[in-house]
Amino acid sequence: MSDKKKVLIINRRAPYGRSNARDSLDVALTCGVFEMPISLLFADDGVFQLLGGHQAKDIGQKNLSANLAALPMYDIDQLFVCESSLNTHGLASDQLDHNPTVVDHNAIQQLIQSHDVVLTF
Amino acid sequence: MKFSIIVQAAPYSCQSAETAYRFAKTLLDTGHDLHRVFFYGDGVHTGSAFASPPQDEPNIPANWQALAADHDLDLVVCIAAAVRRGVLDDTEAGRYSKSGSNLAAGFELSGLGQLADAIAQSDRVITFGA
Repeated sequence: MSDKKKVLIINRRAPYGRSNARDSLDVALTCGVFEMPISLLFADDGVFQLLGGHQAKDIGQKNLSANLAALPMYDIDQLFVCESSLNTHGLASDQLDHNPTVVDHNAIQQLIQSHDVVLTF
Repeated sequence: MKFSIIVQAAPYSCQSAETAYRFAKTLLDTGHDLHRVFFYGDGVHTGSAFASPPQDEPNIPANWQALAADHDLDLVVCIAAAVRRGVLDDTEAGRYSKSGSNLAAGFELSGLGQLADAIAQSDRVITFGA
């Protein structure tokens, strides 16, 4: 694949209520395998994906947080989180795992502009 | 312009499933190229040949089939998402010892690599989410 598109994946859903979070992660890992530069933005309910301490087994799910922790092995280390979404949900950045960069609306605009493809989950 | 479309919405559950079809039809009618349609998540149900909607409702799977036949479209159903949800072609039905297959003609099961390829090949990738 000659054309390495920069891909921004926006995650807007909570980790377990629907399959979006896992579907998103699978796409990120696949694009990573194809050596596309990937950034992940967590916004709206997607900010909950960045909280630790998941007890996913209790609801018959696999632990999403463990998979997010594996992203650097696929050279996916550009993680961003929407500041106003954190505020809306009463979360502070120091509560989050995976070291995301906190971004405001202007920074999100620039993030979208600086990528070739934007996917939303 | 060359487009690809990701459909995450299940037919008849989400309006975006119908919107995705209308978007595809419109962009083909207006002279654009549609490189691939990738059905993902609950969107894989679009590939079920067993869908039997009432006659006064749009038949979304059949509409995609007709559009694919007219424009030689590449309709790819994510294999991992599909086999979980019971959308199987003959090969997968054999692999999992199921009594029958239900992937509609005109659709094919394949992996996420087809989505990565669509991203690489297309000018625009449009998501119809759930």
